[in-house]
Amino acid sequence: MAPAPLGVSLRAARLVYGGLTLFDGLDLELSGGCFTCLLGPSGIGKTSLLRLLAGLTAVGVSGELRGDDGLPLTGRVAYMAQQDLLLPWLTVLDNVTLGSRLRGERPDRERALRLLARVGLTDCALARPDTLSGGMRQRAALARTLMEDRPVVLMDEPFSGLDALTRLRLQALAAELLAGRTVLLVTHDPLEALRLGDHVLVMNGRPAILSPLPDLPGVPPRDPGDPAVQAAYRAILRLLGAT
Amino acid sequence: MKGLGRGLLTLAGLLLVWQGVVTLGELPPYILPDPSAVAASLWRNANSLLGHASVTALEIVLGMTLGTLLGGATALALGYSRRARRWLLPVLIASQAIPVFAIAPLLVLWLGYGLGSKIAMAMLIIYFPVTANFYDGLRHTPRGWLDLARVMLPEPRRWAVLRHIALPAALPALGSGLRVAAAVAPIGAVLGEWVGSSAGLGYLMLHANSRMQVDLLFAALLVLAALAVGLYFAVDAGLKRWLPWHPPNPETVETD
Repeated sequence: MAPAPLGVSLRAARLVYGGLTLFDGLDLELSGGCFTCLLGPSGIGKTSLLRLLAGLTAVGVSGELRGDDGLPLTGRVAYMAQQDLLLPWLTVLDNVTLGSRLRGERPDRERALRLLARVGLTDCALARPDTLSGGMRQRAALARTLMEDRPVVLMDEPFSGLDALTRLRLQALAAELLAGRTVLLVTHDPLEALRLGDHVLVMNGRPAILSPLPDLPGVPPRDPGDPAVQAAYRAILRLLGAT
Repeated sequence: MKGLGRGLLTLAGLLLVWQGVVTLGELPPYILPDPSAVAASLWRNANSLLGHASVTALEIVLGMTLGTLLGGATALALGYSRRARRWLLPVLIASQAIPVFAIAPLLVLWLGYGLGSKIAMAMLIIYFPVTANFYDGLRHTPRGWLDLARVMLPEPRRWAVLRHIALPAALPALGSGLRVAAAVAPIGAVLGEWVGSSAGLGYLMLHANSRMQVDLLFAALLVLAALAVGLYFAVDAGLKRWLPWHPPNPETVETD
């Protein structure tokens, strides 16, 4: 189902913004086929780091990026943002197949419909996005991300705008559908990171450094009430200086 | 249909004020005829008014169409070529510095007394709002959509991004330009008719004015107003029908 796993390596990442060094000499390894969560407070540079991985470079950001096969990542990454970024003039189905139309390929409608069925949006395939609820829109965005069928998936707080229950459901769905891909999920919600991550990295300090948390037992999506998750949650809060 | 009721009420109120001014001010009919005289004139001259109105309407519609095409093409060129920006932007701004009123006699001289000069006038007067609005829309494609496209495309494809994202995203802005255009295009056409013509509502108004047929002048004015309002609502309805995703795009704020 998923393409062959591809690890990602980023070396000597550096971000200077307005005379402020947010990070410098940062190294990041994503093991192929694993779900990694990047956790950190707001304004620490998580999004910039993710955008660097996505090839969305900006002024002041640099780093050496490649797959673990030594080749560039271009064209092997899918990106999902906090906003669903659905185009309001297209149907849900046409939004899901946007990538192929941009590339001038013939959209594979059958596969798009199968993916919409998997995210539970079969009935909305021909609806316009503005008729959908926030959760449904983000599910459509998930289907669009899967439609790209890339080995690496980068997600920037994709669930943070949703209500708690919808968020839990979508986390479970994402964990199921993204299994086997190399995923980096940026979040400021420790529970989300612990629930979804095979590995959890904490980004903190200025300039920021990345410190891995001990891997939790069990397979994601974990139960948020699990004692191991709860213990790790408390440890994170201490690490981030919340308690 | 609440809007329609309100419109009719406003119209009735205006008529009442009009009649009041005529009655209380004891104005003679050659200064301000009362509404009933204008209505009678409207009825009496219905055929001639309709004929002249159709000429003016044709000028407006052709001027709007051509002006929209020219303005749209200019905006696309401005949005997608730096060289076009360097050469065309000053021309665009200069085109606004010269009032259409000033070149109306020239246009009549060059293009004659017929439709041509009026179409050119309507076109010139709407060219700027259409171009400026559409260009603005093309420049402000939400960044998130462009990021998404950039990640989806292995190598940049500007035309694909323009066609599938930037252009449709700018259509609501073009729509605002067209609304303004619909409101000002009749000015261009009537102005052209005033400067020199043998048909159209503007011509009829000048003609009636010089012969002291003030009731006919007012009747022509009413028809012109109805035409302009009708055009505006037609454009508005068309835009609502074809661009149903208003209000546009989600704001793309970067969060961390």
